[in-house]
Amino acid sequence: MKLHEYQAKALLTRYGVPVPRGRVATTAEDAAAVASELGGPVVVKAQAHTGGRGKGGGVKLASSPAEARQAAADIIGMQLVTHQTGPQGLPVHSVLVEEQIEIARELYLSVIIDNSAGMPVVIASAAGGMDIEEVAATTPERIFQQRVDPTVGFQGYQARALAFATGLDGDLLRPATALMSALVRAFEENDSSLAEINPLVVTTDGRVLAADAKFSIDDNADYRQRPHFDARDRSQEDAREVEANDAGIENYVKLDGNIGCLVNGAGLAMATMDAIMFEGGSPANFLDIGTQNNPDAVVAALRIIGADPNVRAVLVNIFGGLARTDVIAEGVVIAKREGYIPQPTVVRLAGTNVEAGMKVLDDSGIDLLRADGFAEAARMAVQAAG
Amino acid sequence: MGVLLNENTRLLIQGMGAAGAREARNSLDYGTKVVAGVTPGRGGQEIEGVPVFNTVRQAVDATGANASLIFVPAAGAADAILEASDSGIPVAICITEGIPVKDMVAVKRYLRGSTTRLIGPNCPGVINPMALARAGIMPVDVYMPGSVGVISRSGTLVYEAVDQLTRLGIGQSGSVGVGGDPIIGTSQREALELFENDPDTAAVVLIGEIGGTAEQEAAEYITQMKKPVAAFIAGATAPPGRRMGHAGAIIAGKAGTAEAKKLALLQAGAAIAQSPSQIGATMQTLLKERGLL
Repeated sequence: MKLHEYQAKALLTRYGVPVPRGRVATTAEDAAAVASELGGPVVVKAQAHTGGRGKGGGVKLASSPAEARQAAADIIGMQLVTHQTGPQGLPVHSVLVEEQIEIARELYLSVIIDNSAGMPVVIASAAGGMDIEEVAATTPERIFQQRVDPTVGFQGYQARALAFATGLDGDLLRPATALMSALVRAFEENDSSLAEINPLVVTTDGRVLAADAKFSIDDNADYRQRPHFDARDRSQEDAREVEANDAGIENYVKLDGNIGCLVNGAGLAMATMDAIMFEGGSPANFLDIGTQNNPDAVVAALRIIGADPNVRAVLVNIFGGLARTDVIAEGVVIAKREGYIPQPTVVRLAGTNVEAGMKVLDDSGIDLLRADGFAEAARMAVQAAG
Repeated sequence: MGVLLNENTRLLIQGMGAAGAREARNSLDYGTKVVAGVTPGRGGQEIEGVPVFNTVRQAVDATGANASLIFVPAAGAADAILEASDSGIPVAICITEGIPVKDMVAVKRYLRGSTTRLIGPNCPGVINPMALARAGIMPVDVYMPGSVGVISRSGTLVYEAVDQLTRLGIGQSGSVGVGGDPIIGTSQREALELFENDPDTAAVVLIGEIGGTAEQEAAEYITQMKKPVAAFIAGATAPPGRRMGHAGAIIAGKAGTAEAKKLALLQAGAAIAQSPSQIGATMQTLLKERGLL
């Protein structure tokens, strides 16, 4: 799950990472109040889970509390559209009002997990405020990395190496290395999967500050990172995905196509989408039902799929391992009987208890399109969707 | 022979709850020697006719267990892997899904100096149909003894690929589910090495997916392999930035796309299945080309 910028900055502040002075506001009045507390010119930033907020009109400068009020009034309530959000955009319910800072230099700093090394890696670059992937692709020599060995943690020499490599020397060395160490600590203690400061700025008066901050928390660590998950802003997520999560279905991703998919296993679910595309169709969602051996979860999932107005056909593709095909079949039958999936429904069952699964479908007398193999199932679904 | 499991495998199951007990039964029925279970506090009991111990050390001492299959829930799974390793288990296979990445960072680092090979987590396990040795959750009916090794990040896609092979009359020397998490014990590259060095394996199916760079690392190794490789990458239609079920299946950069991975594997000399329904057929063509079928 992602934190908002203001949440990430509050977290960083607790670890001693300097950030611009400021506060979150949920109304224009409140924004004006923050601006007058701060005194001087401010920046008003939309709080939404996307990059490229400035280009989308979600970041405005204000030189007075009155201007801050107007900026906040423009931003709060908008649907912020950026290159990352898709055409529908994301709702904005709050703004971060911060002092404007005099920037001398912009750098990049982040901590992510290096899957191959099996440990976190700290990435720094003097090319800040840019798309770091672009920097890595075009000028890889401007990217510097240090791995964080879990047995000893992030060391001082590593922070110094990154600081010197990015020109954070002289009087900047101490604050820069302290900031890096603090960022790594925040990453580790919060089960983070991404902690990014872009840009990390050096101000004209010689301070090092996190001008922007992005933080993601490992979804698997929800049981021990309760405060973060309790503060999760579900308005930034697709409403159908939230509904699916609330029904106990973790792995549902809404897509733009017209064939609803219910599959067991993430790999097979992705491959089912691929097969649909290969046959000339387009999937309406990714859904891994997992190993739930309970028809209720299947019914809940099919209800969400069936309610998607784009869906013209439903494809159930199950290869039972831990998941039992007969239980899935029961769920399909119930969902059909209840009218949750009025669309033509293709069912392909294989694996554990497949005979029992087939029997459940046979005995139901319900009109289903039955497929034997993978390709056949995808083809039938594409045809049924028209 | 075969990889990781063989006729001498004596399987221990950590976490004899409902899933552990059920898979103990399925593996016993298949013909695997399931010699012990471990559930702290239930030592002295028998489940599915298998003696249960309080600790892995006790189970190893009493039964000579030399492989462990782990079903312990996510919050305790890292602890279970470390217990297996500390008790000298050479092969630990972790089925558990949802282990926090931070826990796996510690486990991975700890295992670096140990003699334990970890498979998974978040994987379907390992099977050797030649030796009737099964340490996992896979349906056994789809398997047929033979000489093709199968490696996959996904569980259900292993079953799918194996089913396609068997329907074409192509048997398997084994399958290894390496797991869908960002940090796993054995990489696709290492699994390829195991099959390359296995005299019973003639060719390998590699099933990757979006996210990370493990397929590119596997491709580097494929250039050195003598045995032919057929590959499929799942997730060509997945949108970037979204986690597709598996914690590791998220496109964070260009290298993480299905396109980039397919290209790397193709350049390394692997045959690429463009659709998931063509995995078996792609291997069949490859075997014919090489005069292996």
